[in-house]
Amino acid sequence: MAQATQTLAKPRALREYVIGAGLLIAGLLVLWPLASGTGGLVSTFVLTSRRAGVEILAPDLVLPTQISLYVLGAALVLAAVWQLARGFPRVNLVLGLAALTVIAAFLTWATRDKSLNLTGMLVSSLVRAAPIAFAALSGLYSERSGVVNIGIEGMMLGSAFTAVVVASASDSLFLGVVGGIIVAALLALLHGVLSIRYRVNQIISGTMVIILMLGLTSYLQRAILNENPQLNEPGTISEMAIPGLSRIPVIGPILFNQTILIYILFLLLILTQVIMYQTRWGLRVRAVGEHPRAADTLGINVFRTRYISVLLSGVMAGLGGAYMSIGAVGRFNEGMTSGKGFLGLAAMIFGNWNPGGSFLGAMIFGFFDSWQEKLSILQVGVPPDLLGMAPYLATMVVLAGVVGRSRMPAADGTPYEKQ
Amino acid sequence: MSDKPENAPAQAPTEAEAGGTSLQRMAARTGKLESLLVPGLAVLTALILGAFFILAANPLARGSWQAFTQDPLGTLGTNWTVLRDSYLALFEGAFGNPAAAVQAIRNWSDTGETRPLLDAFRPFAESLTISTPYIFLGLAVALGFRGGLFNIGAEGQLFVGGLASAYVGYSLTGLPWYVHLPLALGAGMAAGGIWAAIPGFLKARTGAHEVINTIMMNWIAFRLTDYLLTGPMARPDGLPITPVILPSAYLPALFPRPMRVHVGFFLALGMVLLVYWFLWKTTWGFEIRMVGANPRAAKYAGVKIARTMVLTMGLSGALAGLAGASQILGVDHQMVRAFSSGFGFDSIALALLGNSHPAGVLLASLLFGFLRGGAARMQSIASVPVELIRIIQGMVIIFVAAPEIVRGLYRLRAPRLKEVQPATSQSG
Repeated sequence: MAQATQTLAKPRALREYVIGAGLLIAGLLVLWPLASGTGGLVSTFVLTSRRAGVEILAPDLVLPTQISLYVLGAALVLAAVWQLARGFPRVNLVLGLAALTVIAAFLTWATRDKSLNLTGMLVSSLVRAAPIAFAALSGLYSERSGVVNIGIEGMMLGSAFTAVVVASASDSLFLGVVGGIIVAALLALLHGVLSIRYRVNQIISGTMVIILMLGLTSYLQRAILNENPQLNEPGTISEMAIPGLSRIPVIGPILFNQTILIYILFLLLILTQVIMYQTRWGLRVRAVGEHPRAADTLGINVFRTRYISVLLSGVMAGLGGAYMSIGAVGRFNEGMTSGKGFLGLAAMIFGNWNPGGSFLGAMIFGFFDSWQEKLSILQVGVPPDLLGMAPYLATMVVLAGVVGRSRMPAADGTPYEKQ
Repeated sequence: MSDKPENAPAQAPTEAEAGGTSLQRMAARTGKLESLLVPGLAVLTALILGAFFILAANPLARGSWQAFTQDPLGTLGTNWTVLRDSYLALFEGAFGNPAAAVQAIRNWSDTGETRPLLDAFRPFAESLTISTPYIFLGLAVALGFRGGLFNIGAEGQLFVGGLASAYVGYSLTGLPWYVHLPLALGAGMAAGGIWAAIPGFLKARTGAHEVINTIMMNWIAFRLTDYLLTGPMARPDGLPITPVILPSAYLPALFPRPMRVHVGFFLALGMVLLVYWFLWKTTWGFEIRMVGANPRAAKYAGVKIARTMVLTMGLSGALAGLAGASQILGVDHQMVRAFSSGFGFDSIALALLGNSHPAGVLLASLLFGFLRGGAARMQSIASVPVELIRIIQGMVIIFVAAPEIVRGLYRLRAPRLKEVQPATSQSG
């Protein structure tokens, strides 16, 4: 980014010092009180994975708690001193690393004299990150073409519901996923027609999708599912271990022993990167999102491009919704998306409207989502409800830190009118 | 847009323009008469379409289709009966049974017995009780819209407002009511205001979108409620409910129980006037509307955009917090986990339907208060879930936001567009 290279030339902004002070405080907090009283204790991180009766062995990571905390705290303090004295050229990268360090320190402290299955935590992070990543991809397709899609949450809810009902009725999980995708795409089409054809404010239109689906799914659940519980028993898509690769310690259980939907997610992440940056259609989508009038002048059909993008956005949201119901839980619960669509949008902004970064953002939220459960097992003394705030707080912190430094598509959110 | 950090605050207003232009366009499109016609037809259309959902939910109506090929008229007849009974239940649930009301009045004038009278007018009073939080919340969202901000987090602000006023209500003892009640109301307003001002501040300072942040604040508020009600604020016996507030903090009921309608309803009516006065007769209100209509012009006119944004969100949240306070102090008298079932989300539809005007919001709130009041009866009589109201709200938003659809349906002539639309639709 231009800003990063200019930092040295410009007089140093207040922000630089605030970051330095923040690093210093974090480092000192790790040194005291976190490290105090942990002398002689060890933190055991288990790397062996035990899932579905399959055990993939890996040696435990045993760390002396106090020394590890001293090292991590000292690293933070050193970074702070350097930041205050000279300033890092790439301060955002340093901030990210510092955040990781603080999390590592916290986990080491929480695991003192106990053991935590790190592989299991990463697996559960990925599982929880998947719907967020689908939502992020959904937002990416739509917003790259200049249509803000706040309604992802509603599309996911509609898809989750449909997937359960179709899968239960037809006894086919595949048909369930297809049904979910179709419903989400239809909702996306509704959002598209309202915001592209009728030029309704896109945020109003997206909110409408959410309200409609919150109401409709709860309504249908009470009217139909509660009387016919057999329609809410679709079963779950089971994990599919990739032969060979899934036996690799640590990486295998995380990446190569997942449901087919997660492999589809990986595939889509790569495909999206290729489509957006290597194909003619991707270039057109981005052009429409940046400057629709110029794209129109060059003969690109702005409306058609936006409709296709919004439909693809619906497909992604549909996959995410189906994943939440029949891919993970195996039933539909009222309001089960619980803000995942919005977390996805935040992950997309974090990733600067790129697939890779979006996935990283989703993983961060997934991690914070999974730690409520893991940390309450470790009994850290923080009430689980407060730990449950972590993904939402992380979203707000990330948005506050990243927005303004990330660059949204220029025509994002503005309806296009042909002249 | 460049990457320079100084540009971050400047980016925020351009995002807000999307809201400003559409509202402005809406206002420009609608004349005096049509400002009532289109929303009215929107509600009518949504209610008509709602019939399909009623038929889908009612077991009798669903079952009748199996005999459609043998007895088509019988099937249609069954469906018609189901619909008639459902809408009749909706009406009686909202307003009460007119015949019973007349009978009760006659009985009262003869014998002076008030009990049947209270029973007969109870549905009506109950609808007013439900309308009360709707009015506060609709005003909250409308105020945000006027300032070009989407306060989607009214639900969370409602929760923290309820928490704060419940806490003040049961923990401060020995105060006279004229001190205790204002304190409890003020605590709810302050909590809601602060809760909403945080996303406002983040938007003003960093450009983080208020829609995402207010939703995040919602979830944080729900978790906070769970935490407080199971721990620090739980009743001594450990149930996840707060202790009952002291009578000195009650918003007095207007009638004896079982009527639940309370002074908060008049407080809400007062707020309608106050918000109107604030937005149209004060400098701050003018600045808020100016930032909502055209942030760039407002900036060049010397309005402090960042401060106005925080103020808009803060006031919006205070109104939502007041809704929570009025529910606790007037109706529930204690805080429970399932404090609200989506009242905050419903309020978006209210603000849109009322065209973000306090008077419009009042009408819309009464309408949906009565619909929701009636829906409870419809649920028990015709087994149509209350969520029907939210589906109707979703459809109302579609029709209000895209008036072309309604005009097309009813063959209305499009009003002449006044040329007030600024060039902002191409910025961004």
